[in-house]
Amino acid sequence: MAYEQNLVCFSTVGEEESWSLAAYEKHGGYKAWREVLAGKWTPEKLIDEVKASGLRGRGGAGFPTGLKWSFMPRGTGGQNYLVVNSDESEPGTCHDREILRYNPHALVEGIAIAAYAMDATVAYNYIRGEFMDEPAPRFEAAVKEAYDAGLLGKNVLGSGIDIDVETFIGAGAYICGEETALLESLEGKQGKPRFKPPFPANFGLYGRPTTINNTQSIASVPAIVREGAQWFADLGPEGSGGTALFAVSGHIEKPGNYELPMGIPFKDLLELCGGVWKGRKLKAVIPGGSSCKVLPADIIMNCTMDYNSLMEAGSSFGTGAVMVMDETTCMVKVLRRISRFYMAESCGQCTPCREGTGWLYRMLTRIMEGQGEESDLEKLVDVANKIEGHTICALGDAAAWPVQSFLEHYYEEFEYMVRNKGVSMVDAAGDAAA
Amino acid sequence: MSATERLSEHVREEIEQWKSRFPEGRQRSAVIAALHAVQHENEGHLTTELMDAVADYLELPKIQVYEVATFYSMFSTKPVGRNDVAICTNVSCMLRGADDIVDHVENKLGVKLGESTEDGRIYLKKEEECLAACCGAPMMMVNHKYYENLSVEQVDEILDELD
Repeated sequence: MAYEQNLVCFSTVGEEESWSLAAYEKHGGYKAWREVLAGKWTPEKLIDEVKASGLRGRGGAGFPTGLKWSFMPRGTGGQNYLVVNSDESEPGTCHDREILRYNPHALVEGIAIAAYAMDATVAYNYIRGEFMDEPAPRFEAAVKEAYDAGLLGKNVLGSGIDIDVETFIGAGAYICGEETALLESLEGKQGKPRFKPPFPANFGLYGRPTTINNTQSIASVPAIVREGAQWFADLGPEGSGGTALFAVSGHIEKPGNYELPMGIPFKDLLELCGGVWKGRKLKAVIPGGSSCKVLPADIIMNCTMDYNSLMEAGSSFGTGAVMVMDETTCMVKVLRRISRFYMAESCGQCTPCREGTGWLYRMLTRIMEGQGEESDLEKLVDVANKIEGHTICALGDAAAWPVQSFLEHYYEEFEYMVRNKGVSMVDAAGDAAA
Repeated sequence: MSATERLSEHVREEIEQWKSRFPEGRQRSAVIAALHAVQHENEGHLTTELMDAVADYLELPKIQVYEVATFYSMFSTKPVGRNDVAICTNVSCMLRGADDIVDHVENKLGVKLGESTEDGRIYLKKEEECLAACCGAPMMMVNHKYYENLSVEQVDEILDELD
């Protein structure tokens, strides 16, 4: 089946200097914002439109974007903030970087519209520190172009609407992708998540009402306003409106970021990406970034890539980062690497996460070094269960889910390695075949 | 010596430019940018003197600068080699041979991850986490610039060109 690509966030991709204002305007850019400036949209109408579009937060949690916007108090006369989360750090995920590099104006226009809808006159885009060389300057150049064209600033085009957009650059910390940790970081502190409530819509940046949205979510907004909520909703199945940027990586013939309609069957996505590399067989897929539960080939091959289907299959859509593993993959090794990540990135504020992530990594390391015991397998799940749900933020859950799911689906590989003093079941199978 | 004298004119301009992005009295928001700027001018690492100068300049308690400097992975509070080389070893890169690249580079440079070469030319950053270029795996970041779809030969070329 043929799928139309690049309908929303990547609309300019393929144009020369796709990141320029001229390229963006060729694809209907700033048409929606100009309608807003001309008084055709009230904040209420914009929020209803985004709600009706079915857009859900693309940063991983999948919370309905329009509903999130509606939590913001409006017309109080106080300062509201919009903060964009470009702290893209979830392993496997690399599409916000592409929006910043190749179509930053979609994000700028989305920021302007979202800020107006939430009565925010100042917006910050929090970009991860490692993006300082190319993606951040691209975004800043787009903001400058928009200011120069009179599309941002005070009393934009005589509309009475004010919107200032500022860039912030982080300094390396996965946890700052968590929205309240991001606010702490933006205030110049360590990125340690806050207790909720109060939620950012009541007490956010500098204690003011704030909404934090993911880059891809915001970059999807102009197309929703321009083409209509129904158009966007109809691109995907029930409960999953629009397109998604699928970052397909790992053991795949043609890795890349593919903007495709939500709900595309996994097998079609796999085919579009040229299939599993080297003609090998598919073993497993992590469908939405390393925090999502792993799905064996026979399950994922029957899934469609949307919120409901992946949830029913026992995983989640996450960030749309599809990590593909072929039949030669040692699942113990993959899980150990994932566990190292959460240990390194735990902010250390909650004991179950700070201590538990280290336990997980050390147990997996000793299994790989041939020092594991059979009781370790039960202990791994036990530690994961003791982290899950017992921490301020979702990093703890994100550390637990891979452990639970890898052991659920690939228990025999862990058991084999313990019994065979660190020898991987896949390596042993490979040697036997050779 | 006042904080103003301890920071270069360029760093002060940079900090002022960042301060202007935040509301009056919220200059603490400029700490991260200030640390990036001073670290950049100090061969890739922060000293207590520099952190103190940033604290004084932004009128903040020193601890507020130290705690930021030690929390974020892009800051180093110890001297490091002048070229920063960070090889991603997270899952997507690992699946496409990042471990082989790390082994090769460690052998070539004679240092382990987290160490700098004796001549001070290269700092091989401690095991690097995902840098969000997974579709270009394996990848590495050299002095903030991304290099993707790497082969061992390309890595050699890139490293050999560093001064």
